[in-house]
Parts: sequence; structure tokens; C-alpha cells
Amino acid sequence: MEAVWYLVVASMLTAWAVLDGFDFGAGVVHHAVARSESERARVLAAIGPVWDGNEVWLVASGGVFVFAFPHAYAAAMSGMYLPMMMVLWLLVFRGVAIELRGQVDDPLWRAGWDTTFALASTVLAFVAGVALGNVVRGVPVDEHGWFHIDLFAGSGGHAGAIDAYTALVGLLAVVVLAAHGATFVAWKTTDAMAARSVAVARRAWMLAAALAVAATWMTARVRPGLFEALGHRPWLWALPVIAVGSPVVALRALRPDAAAGRGEPRALRAFLASSAFVASLLLLTAGTLYPVLLPSTLSPAFDLDAHGTASGAQGLATGLAWWGPAMALAILYFVNLFRSMRGKVATGDGGH
Amino acid sequence: MNALLWHRLQFAFTITFHYLFPQLTMGLALLIVAFKLLALRTRDARYGDLSRFWARIFGINFALGVVTGIPLEFQFGTNWARFSDATGGIIGLTLALEGMFAFFAESAFLGLFLFGEKKLSPRAHLGAAAMVLVGSWLSGYFIVVTNAFMQHPVGYAVESTGRLALVDARAYLFNAWAFWEYAHVMSAAVITGAFVVAAVSAYWLLARKHEDHARLSLRVAVVVGLLACVAQLFPTGDRQGKLVAEHQRPALAAMEGKFESSDHAELALVGQPNVDERRLENPVEVPSALSFLAYGSFGATVTGLNDVPREAWPDNVELLYYAYHVMVGLGTLLTGAMAASAALLWRGRLFRPAARPMLWALMLAFPFPYIATTAGWMTAELGRQPWVVYGLMRTAQATSEAVAAGNVVFSALGFMGLYLLLGILFLFLVARQIARGPAPSPPPGAAAASPPQPVAEGHA
Repeated sequence: MEAVWYLVVASMLTAWAVLDGFDFGAGVVHHAVARSESERARVLAAIGPVWDGNEVWLVASGGVFVFAFPHAYAAAMSGMYLPMMMVLWLLVFRGVAIELRGQVDDPLWRAGWDTTFALASTVLAFVAGVALGNVVRGVPVDEHGWFHIDLFAGSGGHAGAIDAYTALVGLLAVVVLAAHGATFVAWKTTDAMAARSVAVARRAWMLAAALAVAATWMTARVRPGLFEALGHRPWLWALPVIAVGSPVVALRALRPDAAAGRGEPRALRAFLASSAFVASLLLLTAGTLYPVLLPSTLSPAFDLDAHGTASGAQGLATGLAWWGPAMALAILYFVNLFRSMRGKVATGDGGH
Repeated sequence: MNALLWHRLQFAFTITFHYLFPQLTMGLALLIVAFKLLALRTRDARYGDLSRFWARIFGINFALGVVTGIPLEFQFGTNWARFSDATGGIIGLTLALEGMFAFFAESAFLGLFLFGEKKLSPRAHLGAAAMVLVGSWLSGYFIVVTNAFMQHPVGYAVESTGRLALVDARAYLFNAWAFWEYAHVMSAAVITGAFVVAAVSAYWLLARKHEDHARLSLRVAVVVGLLACVAQLFPTGDRQGKLVAEHQRPALAAMEGKFESSDHAELALVGQPNVDERRLENPVEVPSALSFLAYGSFGATVTGLNDVPREAWPDNVELLYYAYHVMVGLGTLLTGAMAASAALLWRGRLFRPAARPMLWALMLAFPFPYIATTAGWMTAELGRQPWVVYGLMRTAQATSEAVAAGNVVFSALGFMGLYLLLGILFLFLVARQIARGPAPSPPPGAAAASPPQPVAEGHA
């Protein structure tokens, strides 16, 4: 039962990263792919109808997490208090920027929200990567199952949420989501804007590949156990193959001539490959960490894992009975939503 | 103590500010569906204009509701870690269900509702509006169930670790407390929606703008508002009060400023509690009324705070007393205003010059449902103290021990600054929409679109 809920939490957070990830990514590359105010309106029009639903995956993941593993949720959220507060504030700025940009027809108003959107999305992508880095590296969970971590590693030997390793993962997240977002914009737009998005996406993918190699090497140093676990778990072996193969597929689909003429199927293929890359990396991390939710840097005995922090079996069984139909309904809504907004974003339809 | 105070202040501030928005969206969603139904039935295009105008106000409110709502769920973990740890296996169920059943539905249909009128048939567009209504009301239910568990825990077992486990999901989801609390909260949301629609309509009438539209919307607002006001007092308020009287006796005593236990207990209409001397100063009282309202019998005994151990008292008796009296007092005045407007409307006099004072009253009344609702939530949450889960877990034992007071002061101040900014933006944008009015216009998808901007390349 704990394994099922571990999978539920991991896959819902992965769904959030893939879906809201392209919203963040569109923000990171906002000013690079869209040169004029009306082009930026098209970026906003592309994510406008879906970003709110994408963010609901985070809200729902949070609910499922606290339900299934209350202690791990409580320890992680309170232990990383300041990084979490920043995420919350940045999410406010990001959402407000998207929703209010089209409210007033004034270049200054729009320029202000465009910049807010770009900055908030970029920092959010970085902080999300840092959070992932902390989950991999571990945090100083003590024998009572709690910890506190400063924002930066300090002079007094205090552990910090941001150190060289987690900053690298944060940077990787920014670049990967930039590539993901640019690929999304390339899929949803036409003409010069699509060509520019393709160019940005190609550069971001190459940089992402280099950073991913560096991050993998650093991860092997920070937490060698992950790679051992991968060796023992053949059912995970498809994931590294996908993680290596998908950027290649994305880059091939994003050849510069893709923008001219038959852009649609290729851009979609690139976007799906991009989504597969983000999902495979996260699921691979979760799969190798299992059953640990949050490793302790003090002692493996203090790791917060699925067995030790799970809710009562009866409650979990009840929850699963509710989760099934709720998930089916949610997927139905999403398929319907993405179908209803299929096709390219028309110029100037961006007043969302 | 210092950290506890700031944890409480931050959560109280962020949830109070947040709830300014959903109370309007939940109430307004009902009125928008009403306008759309009337548009379909009467084929009067002005109802369509009204539903589009209020959809624009709804959109701004919804956006602010979303961005201010997310911090609340995560603050359960960041600020109330021991509470989340102990009760997550129960309250997490409704937090997850809210996301999955309500928010996914809302987000999927909101875009269709706000921007899809041109693409959809009138009936399909009404369906999208109805789904937004269902989603937002469902979301309200899951949150009220979560709160009802904190007020009146049911369906749980205490594990050996001290954590609470869910053993009876049906009892938890259909808590009797949740039923009446939900009815009371939702009818309050409809009152807020009705008063806001009435205030804007009254303003248009007094300013002689959009008068045709204003007469139609005022009529709908007054009818809906009066029904909701009546439901607010009876049965929902009455039943909610009886639940408090039955299960939270110290809260009832503090709400009423009652220190001495007695039968034929008096109801204090006004008065100032003096907690040090344990008496109510300058009381204006109705004999035996409290016994009747609380327990249905004039002779019933009401327990005063003197007979409650001090450690079981709500920790802010004065504020609880005033929050409750403000809620009831304003609720009564608002009901009176809606009843008077309805009477004038019934006799065909609401739109005559002699009724202008009534329109003035309606135009100026819109802040009061917000204040009454906030005071009502303060009554519920201060009355629950000193418990975070009534009778099971104290608020002082619910905080995050790992978080130093300095961090909480920092984040509380940050939230205040951020929300001040949001409040200013909100007022600015809503005022613009009200000034623009419901003038016949293309559907909002086109209205909100950027005009062609051939020279926009120069802006960055």
C-alpha cells in the first residue's frame, strides 16, 4: 500500500513538473522567443488557458502527499521554511502576471507583467531544481524525524538548501525547462516566432545535455547509492534509455528546417520527447530513491521513508478508492482541455 | 509563545485575505448562472450583457482567489507541521479531494466559460458556467469538511504514536457539523454576491448609467439576496449556533459574554466584556432568550465561563465576543436592508425617485457582508481555541518547532506587503470594470484581446 502511494505522489509531482514545467519554461524564454509585445501576447495566449489547471497538479500533489505521508510532508515543508515561502510568493507573482497582463491595454502595464512573469518563472524553475537537489542529497533529519535548513550553507557549519550541488540541479532545471518551454512555444506558434523558438530550444537542449551529464556525475559523488539501486532494479532500466534518447529525438525533430513547412507534427514530436525527458528524469530519481522520501545526511537510520511515515492502512485504502475515479475524471478534463485548445495560437488572441 | 503568535497571525491574515475572493466567486457564480438562464428564457440580450460583465469581475476575483489560495495548503506543512503530522492522514483526504474533484473541474471549465462564448452554443456555455459553479461549491464543501473536523472531530482513531487515523470516511465526509457549517457559509457567499451585484446596480441607477441593465440586475440581486439572508438566520445560523451550544460550551459562553451559569439565561445584545472582573459592562439584555436560542427551552441552563476551567477558555474572549456580535448585528441589518428593498420592489417602488435613499443604502452596504463573513469565521476559529482539533490537540502544540520566530515574522511581513499590493491591484481593476459597465459588447474573448498593434515592435 505504501508503495502504491509512493508511486501516486511521485507520478503526480512528475505530472506537475511536465505540465507546469512548460509554463515555467515559456516564462524563462519569454523575451528570447517573443520580441514584440504582440508576440509576447501569443506566448501568454498559448499557456493562458492551461496554466491554472497545470498548477492544480501541484495543489493536488500536496494534498495527496500530506494524506499519504503526513510526517514526511510536515518535516519537509517546515524544514525548508524559507525556500517554501519563496516558492509560494513566486507562484503568486507568476499567476498574477499571467492573469492581469491582458487586463489593461497599456504598453507599460504589459511590459511590467512580462518581466514579472519571466523573472518569477525563472526563479521558480531554479528553486524547484534546488528542492529536487535537496531530496537527492539529503537534509539533516534528526532522530526525531525533523530538521531545519538555512537558505544558504553558512559559516557556522549550518546546512543550507542551496549549495554547489543543489545550485547545479537548479541550473539544470532552468535550462531543461527553458528547452521544454521553447519547444512548447515552437509547437503552438507559426512563422518567425516558431523559427526563433526552435533556435532557442536547440541551444537550450544542447546546454541541458551538457548540464545533465555534469549533474549525473555530481549525483554519483553526492549519493552513490542511487546508482547501486538502479543496478538492482531492472524495472527501472527503461527510464535512463528514455532520458538519453528523448533529447536526441527532440533535437532531430527541431532541425532548423522544421519551422519551414511541415512544422506541426515535428514540433509536437519534439514536445512529447521533451515531456518524456522531464518525466523520465524525475521518475528515475523517485524509483532509485524508493522507499526513501527524504534522506538524512546524519544517518541512514533517520531517513524519512514511505514505510515509516505512511498514514494508517485503512485510511490509505479508503483514499485509494477515492483517488481512482478522481484521477480518471481529472485526466478526462485535461484531455478535453488540451483538445479544445489544439492548433496554433492566432496573433493577438492573447488577452487572457 | 512569540513564534506561536506569529504563526497564528500569518495564517489568520493569509486565510482572511484569501477568503475575500472565493466568497464572492462562489456567490457570483450562482448569480451568473441565473443571468444566463434568464437570458436563455427571456431572450433579452441585456441578461447576456450582465452575465458577461459579471464574468469579467468573476475572472479577476478568481485569479486572486487562486494565487492567494495556494499558500494556505502549503502553510499547513510549513507553519503547522505538528498539526499536519498528527492529522494529515485525515484532513489530507479532503485537501486532496478538493484538488482532484473541484479544482481540476474549475480550471478545465473556467477558460471555456470566460473565453469560449463565441465558440460554444448558448446551452453549452451555460453548461460551462454551471460546471464552474459546481466546482467552486464542491471546493467549498471539502474545505468546510476539513474545518468541521477541527471543530468537531469524528470518524478517527488515536494511534499509539499519538497520530490520528481515519477509520470512518463516511462519518468524516458527512460530519453533521460540516453540513450546517457548509449551508451557513454558502448562504453567506450568496449574500456577498447579491450585495455586490446590488451595490453596483444601485450605483449605476444613482449615477444614471446603464439604467436598463441596472434595473434587471438589481431585481435579481434583491430576490436572491433576501432568500439567502433568511436562510442565513434560519435554519443555518440557528442550527450552527445549537451545535456550538452542544459541543463547545466555553465558546458559547465567551461569544455571549456570559460568566455566571444560569437557567433562563439572558441574551446580551450589546455590552463590553470585562474579563478581569468576569462581568459584562453596560449590558442590554433580552431575558431567557439565550436559553431558548441555544437549547430550545427558556428554562435551559447555560454554562458560564466561571464554571469552565481557565485552561479550557478560548484564549481571546473579548475578540471572540465582538466577532460574534458583529456577525449577528450586521447579519440582522443586512437582512433588514434586503427585506426593505424587496418590499419596495414588490410594490413597484424601488426604481422611483422616492426610493433613492434605499439605493444609497444598497450602494454603500457592500463592505458589510465581507465584514460579517470575516467576523463569522473569527467566531468559529477563536471559539475553537485553545484547540486546533477540538478536545484532541492544542494550538500551541500544532506549530512547526523547526521554524524560528524570526523566520515567521519575516514571512508574515512578506505576505502583508505582497497582499497589500494585490489588494491595490484588485481595487484598481475592479473599479475600471465597474466604470466601463455592461454596455453591449462583443463576448469577453474578443473584448479582452489586444487590438492590432502594428507599431508595437518598439516596446519592450
